Amino acid sequence: MKSKIDEIIEKQNNTDRSDLLDVLQEIQVIEGYLSEEAIIKTSQYFKLASAKIYGIASFYDHFKFVPQGRFHIKVCNGTACHLANTSNLRKEFEKILKIQHGQCTRDGMFSIEYVPCMGACGISSVISINEEYYSSVKPSDVKDMLENLRNTDDRID
Amino acid sequence: MIFDIEVNNKIIKAKKGETILSALSRNGIKVPTLCYMEELAPSGACRICVVEVEGQPNLVPSCAQPVEEWMRIKTHSPKVIKARKTIVELLLSNHPDDCLYCERNGNCELQKLAVELNVLERRISGQKGKQKADRSGSSMVRDPKKCILCGRCVRVCEEIIGVSAIDFIKRGNHCEITPSFQKGINLSSCINCGQCIMCCPTGALYERDHLPEIIDSLNNPAKHVIIQYSPTISVTLAEEFGVKSGKDINGMINAALRKIGFNKVFDSSFGADINTIEVANELVNRIKTNQNLPMFNSCCPAWVKYIEQTHSHLIENLATVKSPQQIMGKLIKGYYAETFNISANDIYTVSVMPCIAKKFEAQREEMTHKGITDVDAVLTTRELARLIRLYGIDIMNIESELADTILGTRSSAGKLFAVSGGVAEAVIRTSFNLLTGKDLVNFKIIELRSINKGRKEFKIKAGDYEIGVAVVSDMINAEKILNEIKNGRNDIQFIEVMACPGGCVNGGGQPIPSRKEDIKARIKAIYDVDDKESIKFAHKNPQLNELYKNYLGNPCDENCTTILHTSFNKRDVLL
Amino acid sequence: MENNIQFLKEKVLLNETLSFSKEVEERIKILKHEKTTKPVIFVGASSCGYVAGAQKTIDAINNYILENNISVDVVKVGCIGICALEPIMDVQLPGMTRVSFKKINAENVASVLDGVFNNSIVNECVLGQYRQKNLQAWENVNFIDEVDFFAGQKRIVLELNGIIDPENIEAFIAHGGYRAFIKTIYHYTSNEVCKIIEKSELRGRGGSGFPSGKKWKIAHDNAADQRYLICNANESDPGAFMEKSIIESNPHKLIEGMAIAAYGIAASKAYIYIRADNKLAIERFKKALEQAKAFGLLGENIFDSGFNFEIIIKKGPGAFVCGEETAMLNSIEGKRGMPRYRPPYPTERGLFGKPTIINNVETLCNVPQIILNGPIWFNTIGTKASKGTKVFTLSGKINYNGIIEVEMGKSFEDIIFKIGGDVKDNKQFKAIQLGGPAGTCLVKENINIVVDYEELNSIDAIMGSGSIIVMDEKTCIVDITKFYINFIQHESCGKCIPCREGTQRMLEILEKITKIPKDEASHQTLERFKGVMQLESIAEVIKDTSLCGLGKTAANTFLSSLKWFRDEYEEHIFDRKCKAGVCKELRTFFIDVDKCTGCNACMRKCPENAIIGTIKYPHFIVESKCTGCGICFETCKFSAIFIK
Ligand SMILES: Cc1cc2nc3c(=O)[nH]c(=O)nc-3n(C[C@H](O)[C@H](O)[C@H](O)COP(=O)(O)O)c2cc1C
Ligand code: SF4
Ligand code: SF4
Ligand code: SF4
Ligand code: SF4
Ligand code: SF4
Ligand code: SF4
Ligand code: SF4
Ligand code: SF4
Ligand code: FES
Ligand code: FES
Ligand code: FES
Repeated sequence: MKSKIDEIIEKQNNTDRSDLLDVLQEIQVIEGYLSEEAIIKTSQYFKLASAKIYGIASFYDHFKFVPQGRFHIKVCNGTACHLANTSNLRKEFEKILKIQHGQCTRDGMFSIEYVPCMGACGISSVISINEEYYSSVKPSDVKDMLENLRNTDDRID
Repeated sequence: MIFDIEVNNKIIKAKKGETILSALSRNGIKVPTLCYMEELAPSGACRICVVEVEGQPNLVPSCAQPVEEWMRIKTHSPKVIKARKTIVELLLSNHPDDCLYCERNGNCELQKLAVELNVLERRISGQKGKQKADRSGSSMVRDPKKCILCGRCVRVCEEIIGVSAIDFIKRGNHCEITPSFQKGINLSSCINCGQCIMCCPTGALYERDHLPEIIDSLNNPAKHVIIQYSPTISVTLAEEFGVKSGKDINGMINAALRKIGFNKVFDSSFGADINTIEVANELVNRIKTNQNLPMFNSCCPAWVKYIEQTHSHLIENLATVKSPQQIMGKLIKGYYAETFNISANDIYTVSVMPCIAKKFEAQREEMTHKGITDVDAVLTTRELARLIRLYGIDIMNIESELADTILGTRSSAGKLFAVSGGVAEAVIRTSFNLLTGKDLVNFKIIELRSINKGRKEFKIKAGDYEIGVAVVSDMINAEKILNEIKNGRNDIQFIEVMACPGGCVNGGGQPIPSRKEDIKARIKAIYDVDDKESIKFAHKNPQLNELYKNYLGNPCDENCTTILHTSFNKRDVLL
Repeated sequence: MENNIQFLKEKVLLNETLSFSKEVEERIKILKHEKTTKPVIFVGASSCGYVAGAQKTIDAINNYILENNISVDVVKVGCIGICALEPIMDVQLPGMTRVSFKKINAENVASVLDGVFNNSIVNECVLGQYRQKNLQAWENVNFIDEVDFFAGQKRIVLELNGIIDPENIEAFIAHGGYRAFIKTIYHYTSNEVCKIIEKSELRGRGGSGFPSGKKWKIAHDNAADQRYLICNANESDPGAFMEKSIIESNPHKLIEGMAIAAYGIAASKAYIYIRADNKLAIERFKKALEQAKAFGLLGENIFDSGFNFEIIIKKGPGAFVCGEETAMLNSIEGKRGMPRYRPPYPTERGLFGKPTIINNVETLCNVPQIILNGPIWFNTIGTKASKGTKVFTLSGKINYNGIIEVEMGKSFEDIIFKIGGDVKDNKQFKAIQLGGPAGTCLVKENINIVVDYEELNSIDAIMGSGSIIVMDEKTCIVDITKFYINFIQHESCGKCIPCREGTQRMLEILEKITKIPKDEASHQTLERFKGVMQLESIAEVIKDTSLCGLGKTAANTFLSSLKWFRDEYEEHIFDRKCKAGVCKELRTFFIDVDKCTGCNACMRKCPENAIIGTIKYPHFIVESKCTGCGICFETCKFSAIFIK
């Protein structure tokens, strides 16, 4: 059976190396991360060693090699947000979720990532959860926020 | 175009288009380098080679910057020295303080630089890396803590060998050099050629050590410990003892090994001769029946692994003959054991190889029978030197001795296995005889002897047949020829592939550094042996003919096949 | 609207003169929303608007329209620049000028709209009305160009940002867009384009300030079968958001600039390398490309001129260093984004080995106006060494966070205190960081310096991409330096030793300075001091020997902060104090006995049991036990706890 990865790769009509990052990005959009299988398939398609592809992908911040949580939280780590004390916000997330940047909670619910300026410095601290933005977030908001998310998720299941 | 530039207040000549470094070194001015590799495009990564160019705001890396006519250069100004020293101090700041326990102690470029730049205190201290060494490989250990990320190994593996088993991962201070998915090297596509070890400036890459087991066996009176050494060792070992490259110390090695306490000392060239006979017979058979052609040599375990993992459909084209090392191991534990009535279990066989892939080969499943490995331990040239030092033997001042005779005499053709093209030359000499009943008068095949080419071809008429021979080293050249074959080329019957550029004289177990001029000298020494010695054909080796007559039977017959041949299998690795 | 395309093409773009017939004028006015038959509501809908809740505002507007059953056009526009006041909504009634309102959310939409439609404007929400000829101005409503934030600006690049719908090419053309491009391909040779840009003295806005025309000329003169133009929109610098904002607000301007530049260097293919995070910008740029293609402004034989041109979007997967030219080349080629050694320069051997020009978004956006108005016009703007304007982003502790464009020669003092509306919350100004993590800090003593490449150079400062971060008295300089070094360290590609190891060592040393180890011994003060001395020497070597701009500038922040705030470093090292109260481990809390009610709340919360006291009597913090976590500070309801 053809996997989604095959489809993405086959959609590509040539094997020019300059398309490599686009293909990887597309796989990540659909799969949420780059699995070993995805990298190996890409490596066969582009006729590049998988060590190379892994090396290239791991260079860039966007590529993930483990699945992300159902709620992917991005905390702005830009200067304005830093001045608005996002470090406390990050600590709060880390404390409650017991995960660090780039990790995912064991139940697969939350993952967290620190990103550079999100372009809304006027209303820092800024975070996004599954691409939805929240501004002026304070550490004390975190607990309820996560609780709410957890609840919305239960309803889906 | 040649013009003048000013360096350290003196005028020197420089050529248009060359780098500052090249102009400097031609004029005898030494600038240290780390990431620079001869023959490859400069990467300008390490910055240790910086020099001061008047008018430039920053220091420039001499290995990457082309010379210009207007340049006035200072190679050792206070600013330059401070920069170089700081760079080395930065490297040392989080480096494990491990020199005393390090493989490369005394032969480490980082250590040397620290000495040269007079680093006498730990001025900058940093958090040390916590990465674990990867000991999963049968041939090689990677210790990322000692890696300075010069990238030489990555480039050799990709641009010279053509395998790309390892690469940089992540970014910045988290950069590391690892196989695919940061997994063990044993799961990777690494073919164990060891060329990355050869170019690593530090102790971050080294062969898997077999010395302790050997010493244990030597100390065990119940063990009959037998050592064989590959044809190249005699022309490279001396370098480990500070002698100019190219000196052949064959006899001294025999004497030294006996002094250490090996019960028997054999020259693997004998195995090479047997390999030649078998391969020649197999080749002639295949030519006559037009099957599985072109035939590939199977004596380079790195090449064999490459075929198994990358082109498994070509496994049939490999000669089925074991490598000289394995033939010797088998004969020692078989023929020799029977002859002297020693149980194979009591024999411990050691081989000294220029190669780390031989460590991998020795533990291949096919090379083990009923729990007995034909070759128990494999030493590299470097490890042998260590063993000799450990036993306090002054090898350069020792009386020469001959190798043990029961598996000892050799033809000079066997010796040729050391160089790229040598196997083909030996095989052709014997195949010609098999096809025509006559020996080549012009036994030297000059076409296969050029050392500047990674790829050589030669054709010879032998009776009714024309044999086309191709010789390549490294996988990039191998790929090229495989491609031509795939596209229909059929005038080649025998292809010799060696993983290491130039062949085993430049193997991954040889003395470090192995510079181009060293390799040339080693090759010359091998050809000198061929010139000087009287038996130039494997099939003229008297002891070998005895062995066939008394023990093995006819080449490629059933008995020979069981003892001397093997099989290869598709291999799943992370390509 | 099919005939709009026809109309714009034939009557507007192909009209060589500057005067239009009355009839054409009228139609343009309609497209520009200057002449309307029904009210138009414009909503700021770029990233900062959306984060501030613009979507909710839009929903509320739509609701309002439905409920009141009125006929209104709702137009989404880009960013006007004053992000602090988002969401911004403008309303234009037929015949009346356009009025801008600030901080419009779901709650106050209705009342504001009620007011407008009843001709009585709710004043506290007004930002100002536009000055529009032939339209009736509102009484008692200030003009927007009189607002300090806008009064001090000169807008060339940002001209139409926040005014037009970025997703509508017709609006752009109606406002004069793409005329420069048509003029270029019909009237100039590529050589002439290079000359015009050279004459205009436009300098690259991406940081280096390299004369753009000169760069183009070099690439143009390098013989090749293919040349490339790359637009650098990788913007990953923490605190800079101009590239993204420009693309979100007016993507066509960039396309026009790119097309002219490509024509100038005789390239038929261009790439835009834009950070994948900037989804909205990518989306709008993509849409704009499609529209331009539909108009025949991109593709083969554009407007029968013989010029072929296409633009390919490359999404940068997240690496600051890919903003460096050669790293970007590697990244586009599908490699690790590690810089290459120059020479060869990209103008000679760039993308896929072909001559390549890399220009910044802002640089390219200046090009159309230069072509239209001529280099002499551009020459009259700015200073002797720096012509034109410069876009800055303002953030940090400043009242008007946002994006501005000022004429070269304006002082930073004006930018901060006039345009930016001074430091937030009436705090004391401390410094600004100019140019992001690789930039330098300006302090009271030199804040009167003007925007000019050479002037800044003379005090070892750089313009960088133009991000300005304002710091107040509550900002700890050591902490912010540590933040920047941490960023640089994270973004270093790791290729060269000085940058890879040096920045990490710098970070480690700064961490030592800002932390107190559990068992601190006295000699460690000396160690820390030595650390700072080493920092200086490491910093110099990093600067001298690094391969690319990232490493070369990595130490700037540290060196300039040390220059101006040495006392603060020393305070951290010797006194183990952080005056600003930011470095957690170095701060100590005290209880004001006069304010403490003895409620005991803090004592119960303190994780270190550092607070003692009896209920109803003032409590006391044992300094030696306090780790500075600040929990008590947050707990106390009586503001009795303070940082010393
Ligand atoms: C580490 C690093 C990051 C950079 N990031 C950007 C960037 O995000 N955007 C940009 O336009 N230029 C950036 N630059 C500058 C570019 O390398 C280059 O100088 C610029 O794009 C040239 O365009 P210009 O001549 O129009 O200024 C960066 C430079 C360095 C060294
Ligand atoms: S690699 Fe070199 S410097 Fe490092 S421990 Fe080994 S010998 Fe010493
Ligand atoms: S060189 Fe120095 S560290 Fe090494 S053994 Fe001698 S004294 Fe010890
Ligand atoms: S041993 Fe050879 S194949 Fe393996 S990593 Fe080193 S260079 Fe590559
Ligand atoms: S392993 Fe050795 S050769 Fe490879 S990058 Fe590290 S130090 Fe250099
Ligand atoms: S060429 Fe020789 S040394 Fe190199 S891997 Fe092959 S057998 Fe070993
Ligand atoms: S200076 Fe830094 S970012 Fe630039 S090449 Fe060197 S390590 Fe990479
Ligand atoms: S700052 Fe933390 S440790 Fe110190 S007194 Fe307050 S609660 Fe306790
Ligand atoms: S919480 Fe405030 S008022 Fe209460 S005891 Fe602590 S310092 Fe005093
Ligand atoms: S710094 Fe967080 S949005 Fe800009
Ligand atoms: S040797 Fe020149 S930069 Fe490394
Ligand atoms: S998006 Fe509205 S002012 Fe920035």
